[in-house]
Amino acid sequence: MDKVKIGIPRSIHYYYYGDLWISFFKYLNCDVIISPKTNRDIMNCGIRLATDEMCLSMKNLLGHIDYLQDKCDYILIPRIDNYGISNQTCTNFLAIYDIVHNLFSTPILSYNIDVVHHQTEKQGMIQIGEQLGFSKKQSKIAYLEACNCVWKNKKLAIEKNIQKLKSIKSKVLLVGHPYNLYDEMIGNPIISFLKKMDVEIIYSNLFYSEMTNQASKQLSNELYWKFNKENIGSIPFVQNQIDGIIFLSTFPCGPDSLVNELVMRKIKLPYLNLILDDMDGMVGFETRLESFIDIIQERKRKHV
Amino acid sequence: MSKHTISFPHMGNYSIPVYYLLTHILNVNVMIAPKITSKTIELGTKYSPEFVCTPFKYTLGTFIEALELKADVLIQAGGGCRYGYYSELQSQILEDLGYQFTYINLVSKGKTDIKKIYHELKKIDPNFRVLKALYYLLITSKMVKYMDKVDNYIRENIGFEEVPGSFEHENQKMLTDFSKAKGFFSLYHMYHKHFKKIKRLPIHKPEHCLKIGVIGELYTLMEPFANYHLEMTLAHYGIEVKRYTNAHYLLFEKKKEVKKYLKYAKEYIQYRMGADAADNIGRTKYLCTHGYDGIIHIKSSFCTPEIGAMPIIQKICNQYDMPVIFFSFDANTSQVGIETRLEAFYDMIEMRRKK
Repeated sequence: MDKVKIGIPRSIHYYYYGDLWISFFKYLNCDVIISPKTNRDIMNCGIRLATDEMCLSMKNLLGHIDYLQDKCDYILIPRIDNYGISNQTCTNFLAIYDIVHNLFSTPILSYNIDVVHHQTEKQGMIQIGEQLGFSKKQSKIAYLEACNCVWKNKKLAIEKNIQKLKSIKSKVLLVGHPYNLYDEMIGNPIISFLKKMDVEIIYSNLFYSEMTNQASKQLSNELYWKFNKENIGSIPFVQNQIDGIIFLSTFPCGPDSLVNELVMRKIKLPYLNLILDDMDGMVGFETRLESFIDIIQERKRKHV
Repeated sequence: MSKHTISFPHMGNYSIPVYYLLTHILNVNVMIAPKITSKTIELGTKYSPEFVCTPFKYTLGTFIEALELKADVLIQAGGGCRYGYYSELQSQILEDLGYQFTYINLVSKGKTDIKKIYHELKKIDPNFRVLKALYYLLITSKMVKYMDKVDNYIRENIGFEEVPGSFEHENQKMLTDFSKAKGFFSLYHMYHKHFKKIKRLPIHKPEHCLKIGVIGELYTLMEPFANYHLEMTLAHYGIEVKRYTNAHYLLFEKKKEVKKYLKYAKEYIQYRMGADAADNIGRTKYLCTHGYDGIIHIKSSFCTPEIGAMPIIQKICNQYDMPVIFFSFDANTSQVGIETRLEAFYDMIEMRRKK
C-alpha cells in the first residue's frame, strides 16, 4: 500500500502547529508535503479564489491550498473556535474549514479545537490518527512525542528571543501574528530590511504564552482574542528595554484593527503601524521604516 | 446631586422599547440620541480606526453627538464577532477626546455579566430595584416581539399599499402608543388594535408578485440609514421583501435556530462561523428552494463573518441557479450607485420571471 500523503499549507496554521504536525506524521510514518514559501503565483492564485474583502492572510492560505490540492490525498485544515473562556479566535479561524470545504474538492483532514465544549487539541490529533487508520494508542504516543520535541525547540527559541533584549543595538519589538511576520511575501521583506538597518528585532510571538496572556490585561481588560492577547501581552514585559514598537498587520484584519488602535493610544513608546496589502511596492514601507529607525536612534542617543 | 442623562446608539425603531425600559427602571433622564445623519457618520469616521466595520463608526458618531448634548452615561451592547470589543476602544477614544462619562457595556468578553451591570446601574441610580427591572424587561421583550411581528407584515405588503405612506403612518402611531403602555394587558390590547388597523389598510397585491429575501449582517439590515433605505427602494418596485434578522430573533430565537440551520444546510457547513454567517447560509438554501426570485446579501464593509460566508452563499446560489447580489456598505457609499445596481437586479429578476 502506498503511504498516505498529507498536504500542509505553509500559511496561517503552519506557523502555530507546523512543527507539531510534521513530527506527529513523521512518527506515524506518513508522507507530508508542505507547500513552498509564498511566491507571487501562490499569492495571485489566492487573490483570485478569495472574496475581495478577505484579509491578505486568508487569501494567502487559499493560494497555498490551491497549490496542494492535486498533489496530496488530504489537506490538513483545523478549525479553531476557542482555547477556553475569553480565549477566542478571529471568526476566520471558525469559518476556515467550511470555506475550504466548499471551494476545493480534495478531502480535508480536520479537527476542531473548542475547549469550552471540551474538544481539545490532543483529542483532535488522536482523532486524525484514527482517521488515517492508526490505533488510538499509537496516535496518542505520536502526539505526546511530537509535543515534547516541539516544546524543547520552542523553549530554545524563546530563550534566544529574550536574550536579544540585552543587546546594545537599538531594539524594536515587532508585534504581529506569526503567520504574517514569517511569511515570505508579507512580513519577510520587512524583517530583512530591518536586519539590514542593523536593528535588533524582538518578536512578539516568542514569549511564554501563559505570561503574555496574563500581561495583556495591563493594556486591555476586555480583550478576548487569544492570539491578540499574546501579541500585545509582550509589550508590558519589554517596554522598559526597547526603543520602539512596530505593529504589523494585514489589510483588513478584524481583531488587529481594534486592538492595535487601542494599544497605540495607551503606550508611550514611539511606534509605527504597518498595514500590508497585496500590492507589492516595498519602497513606501522602506521610507517609513527608515525614518522610524532614525527617530528611535536619535532618541536613544539623547538618552545616553 | 443632579440626575444622570443616559443615551444609547440607534438601531431602526428599537430606540422606543429601549427608551421605555430605561425610563421605567431608572430614575434618570433618558435621551434618544439625534437621528443618524451624514454628519454622524462623518464624525464617527473621523475618530475611528481605518478599517473597522461600519457599525463602529455609526455608533461612535451617535455617542459623540449624544455627549455634545450633555449625556453622561452611555450604553453599548455586544455580540459574537468584533462587536464584543467595541466598548473598550470606543470609551478610550471618547476619553481621549476629553468627554466625561460612564460607559455601561452589556456584553463583556462575549458574556453578559449581570452582577457587573447591576453594580453599575446601582451607581447611577441608588434606588434601582431588580424585581421592577425584571418586570419591565419582560414587558419590553414582549413589545419587541409585537413590533417585529407587525414589521414582518408591513415588509411583505408595503410595496402594494394604495395610499402611499399609510403603513408607515399607522406603524408610527402604534409605536407612539406602545411607549405609553402601562402593563402587559394594555400592551397586548394596543398591539391587537393597531395590527387589525394595519391589516385593514387597502392593498392591491398580485397573486404572484416578485419575492426577494434580504440576508446579511445584522446592524446594516436593521438600521435603514446604514443600508440606504434598501427595503423601501425594493418596496417601490413592488417586491415582497423577506427578512429574518430582527431584534427578537437575535435575542431569543438565535440559539435554537442556529442548530436547525446547521442541520438544514449540512452539505455546505459543519460548524458555526461566527455572528450570523451560518444562519445566512441556511437561509440562502431555504430561499433557493422555496420559490423566491432573488437574494440580496448586505453587509457593512470588512464584516469578517459575512465575508467568510459569501463564497459559500455564492456556491449555493450557483447550484440552484438563483440570482444573488452582494452589497457592501461603507460610510461613503453613494446612494445613486446602489440604486443603479438595484434597478439592474430588479430588471434581471423580472425578465427571468417573464420567461
